[in-house]
Amino acid sequence: MCLAIPGKIQSVDYQYGGAVRMAKILFGGITKEASLDMVPHANVGDYVLVHVGVAISVVDEEEAKRTFQYLEEIGEIDELVEASQIDRQDL
Amino acid sequence: MKYISEYRTPELVEKYLHELQKTVTRPWAIMEICGGQTHSLVKNGLLNLLPKEIQMIHGPGCPVCVTPLNLIDKAVYLAEEKGVILCSFGDMIRVPGSKRSLLEAKAAGADVRILYSPLEAVKIAQQNPDREVVFFAVGFETTAPANALSVLHAQRLGLKNYSILASHVLVPPAIDAVMTDDDVRIQGVLAAGHVCTIMGIGEYYELAEKHEIPIVVTGFEPADLLQGILMTVRQLEEGKAKLENQYSRVVKPEGNPEARKVIEQVFEVADREWRGIGTIPNSGWEVREELAAFDANRKFSVNIAKAPECADCIAGLVLKGIKKPYECSQFGKKCTPENPLGAPMVSSEGACAAYYHFAGVEVS
Repeated sequence: MCLAIPGKIQSVDYQYGGAVRMAKILFGGITKEASLDMVPHANVGDYVLVHVGVAISVVDEEEAKRTFQYLEEIGEIDELVEASQIDRQDL
Repeated sequence: MKYISEYRTPELVEKYLHELQKTVTRPWAIMEICGGQTHSLVKNGLLNLLPKEIQMIHGPGCPVCVTPLNLIDKAVYLAEEKGVILCSFGDMIRVPGSKRSLLEAKAAGADVRILYSPLEAVKIAQQNPDREVVFFAVGFETTAPANALSVLHAQRLGLKNYSILASHVLVPPAIDAVMTDDDVRIQGVLAAGHVCTIMGIGEYYELAEKHEIPIVVTGFEPADLLQGILMTVRQLEEGKAKLENQYSRVVKPEGNPEARKVIEQVFEVADREWRGIGTIPNSGWEVREELAAFDANRKFSVNIAKAPECADCIAGLVLKGIKKPYECSQFGKKCTPENPLGAPMVSSEGACAAYYHFAGVEVS
């Protein structure tokens, strides 16, 4: 039920007499329409997360890299912790 | 970046599994709340790859599974007796009611339609001004903006023939209820990433503190899940109980303010019955009184007697993580996705269906 899929905004238009901002969104090779009501600042080229026909979030490109960097980060933190423990033992 | 395939590479998955092996020193029981996460864990074979010390317990995060039997009977009644065009998501249509499912009602001639989005139901109402259209609006916080938006669209269009049968449940009260249950032994929680996309993470600080457990807001791809589990295990090993956000590419701490505004306009918090679990105070959303014209419950005032649950089905215990699906005497026997006794065997997010399709559990 909570399945939501990231896709790239291809184009934006207005429906329901101009009141509703809709987008054509590309998911892999498939284009589907979704409402942009919940992401008013999203524009063509942005990746948005779409759930049952409504975009609910703009995917943050910088934050997206964190899963790839996390293991290195914790490795460095662990080294720092170990180093500080060695320092303490030296005292 | 396409934000999907990058999180599924075997190399990244292996790195996370290796780090988990290095980190874990003793047994830990961690609950993933969301059925989508259960599905991903089982489908991608991660349960078999995790270090044996880590036991994943599957939570109640399947809205279709916790929708009360009585509400399904109501939907069937509206479709069969009131002649409405009854629309919902595919999973909901297949869940058995006490007599039949909506899909069986459709086969017998009722106008039941499977839709991808509630916004499509508004279009159907526009195209059929002489028919009543009811959307069976099931979901957690993730789906509420779309369901609420459908009501606001219908209102804006001046439609008199559109209403929703709301079955909306909220995750934080359910986590609280499950953690308070004496039979449940959970040491860490993966919170549902898409629920938090809407609501933010504020409510979870309190839960982490109250129950002294680590909670990690987690995504759905294999690397997301493994990172979420690793973050939880690191906290457990270090004796910490904090809230962390693994899924920061999508979940902002404050959630989505636009979505919350729309929800606020349409819904108000109410007590809610969870199928298999019982009534949890303030754990659901009902349509606000001022929008009663769009609330199928008020519009049709259907009263149907409560039918008993199937005696052989242990869905309640599965939803609370007390039993695994294969521990049910009927799993894969009298209960299959084609012929389900309970909702968790129907929904793609139900733990029983996930195990049936992907886990290769031997049915003896």
